[in-house]
Amino acid sequence: MCLAIPTRLIEVRPGAQALVDLGGIRKEISIALVPEAVVGDYVIVHVGHAIGLIDPEEAERTLRMFGELSTQQAA
Amino acid sequence: MKYIDEFRDGGIARKIAERLLAEAQPDRQYSFMEFCGGHTHAISRYGVAELLPPNVRMVHGPGCPVCVLPIGRIDLAIQLALERDAIVCTYGDTMRVPASDGLSLVKAKARGGDIRMVYSAADALQIARQNPQREVVFFAIGFETTTPPTALAIRTAQREGLANFSVLCCHVLTPSAITHILESPEVRQYGTVPLDGFVGPAHVSIVIGSAPYDHFAEEYRKPVVIAGFEPLDVMQAVLMLVRQVNEGRAEVENEFTRAVTPEGNLTAQALVSEMFELRPSFEWRGLGEVPYSALKIRPAYAAFDAERRFELGYRSVADNKACECGAILRGVKKPTDCKIFGTVCTPENPVGSCMVSSEGACAAHYSYGRFRDIPVRVERAAA
Repeated sequence: MCLAIPTRLIEVRPGAQALVDLGGIRKEISIALVPEAVVGDYVIVHVGHAIGLIDPEEAERTLRMFGELSTQQAA
Repeated sequence: MKYIDEFRDGGIARKIAERLLAEAQPDRQYSFMEFCGGHTHAISRYGVAELLPPNVRMVHGPGCPVCVLPIGRIDLAIQLALERDAIVCTYGDTMRVPASDGLSLVKAKARGGDIRMVYSAADALQIARQNPQREVVFFAIGFETTTPPTALAIRTAQREGLANFSVLCCHVLTPSAITHILESPEVRQYGTVPLDGFVGPAHVSIVIGSAPYDHFAEEYRKPVVIAGFEPLDVMQAVLMLVRQVNEGRAEVENEFTRAVTPEGNLTAQALVSEMFELRPSFEWRGLGEVPYSALKIRPAYAAFDAERRFELGYRSVADNKACECGAILRGVKKPTDCKIFGTVCTPENPVGSCMVSSEGACAAHYSYGRFRDIPVRVERAAA
C-alpha cells in the first residue's frame, strides 16, 4: 500500500503537474506536495503524487556505509 | 533503475549477514518488529529471513493498511455503491478484502455496484468531474504516506466547487498503533510477543519525519531504526538494531537518510492538518479500538465527508472464526499457525485480510516462503 518508487523528474507542467521517467516509462504525476522539486531531481512517487525527494549525497553515504562494512569484513 | 538496483545487491547483503552473525550474541534472543507491510514483503521476497542469524527473529507488525481495515468500513463502502447508488472509487488493494454477507468490493461490483479502481485520488476527482449527476465517493485508506494525496483531492474539490465528490475517510496513524502495541491493556490481554526494537516505517517517515518516534525510544526504552523498503536497507537496519541492543542503547536512528529528514515533508503535514482532525477512537482489525489512531475530515470540510453526507453509521463486524489475522497482526502467531493458511485461505480466495494484500504477512509467506517449511529430501537413485 505504501509502495513508492524513486523516479526522475524530466518536465515541470502547469498546475503543479510534472512528467517523470522510470526506466523509460513516463507518467504525469502531481508535485503539489513537493513544490521545491526541479527537473533532474529524483522524486518518490506514491499514488500519482511525489511525496518526497531523494537526497543524492545521503544515498551515496548509505551505499558507502554498506561498502565500508564489506571492507571491514575483508580486513 | 537508479536508487533501487544498488540497494538489492546480493553480495553486499551476504556481507551484512556475516557482520550480523559476528555481532549478534549467541546467548541471547533478538525480536524486532518490522511495523510496515512494505518491510514484511521485502523480508519474504528477497529471502532476508534466511540471511539472519537463527537467534534474530522478525515479528511482522500491523503496518498494512489493507490488513488492518475492519470489515465494517468495507461494508460502508459497499453500502454506498449498492444502496445509495454512488460511484465508489477505491485503490486496487481493497477490492478483494472479504466483507459481510460473503461480499467484497469486487463481488459488489459484479452485483451491479458502480465500483471503480483508481490509481490516485486525483483519478477519483476526474470521475466526479465527468459524472456531475452522480455522487462520487473516494474510499480513502492508508497510513500517513497516502493521506496527503487525499487532502489534496479535498482541497481541489473545494476550490473547483465539485459538489458531487466526497471521501469515506479511513486514514490511520502509525505512531498510535505502535504505542498501542507497546502499552494497551487489551493487547496485553490478547497477548503480544516481547520486542527488543522496531524497524521504523520508510515512506510514512518521508511524510512525518523521524522525530515522532523519539517518544518510543525515550518512554519505552525501545530502539527504532527507520529503514527503506529495499532488502539492503532492512538488513542494515537489523544490524543497527542488534548494535543498539548490545550496547544497551534505545535511540531513534535513521538508515533511510536519502529520503527521511527529522522534520519530514512540511508541505504535506500542513495540508493534512488543515483537512483532518483526530478521531477519538477507530477500530483496527487485530488491535480492536485504538484511541486517537485515525483521522476524520474537519467540520469546515464537512461537505466532502461521506460519513456526514450519507449519514453513515459504523457497525463493527467480527472476523471469520477460523481466521487468525488478529493474532498474526499483533505478531503473536505466524501465518503457518493458522489452520486455514494455504488451504482454504489463499491469495486467489482470501478469507482474511492478511492474505489479500501482497504486503500482508500471510500473502508474503504464501508467495515467497511456503516451500521453505517443507524439508528437502534427497533420494538417491538405485544403483
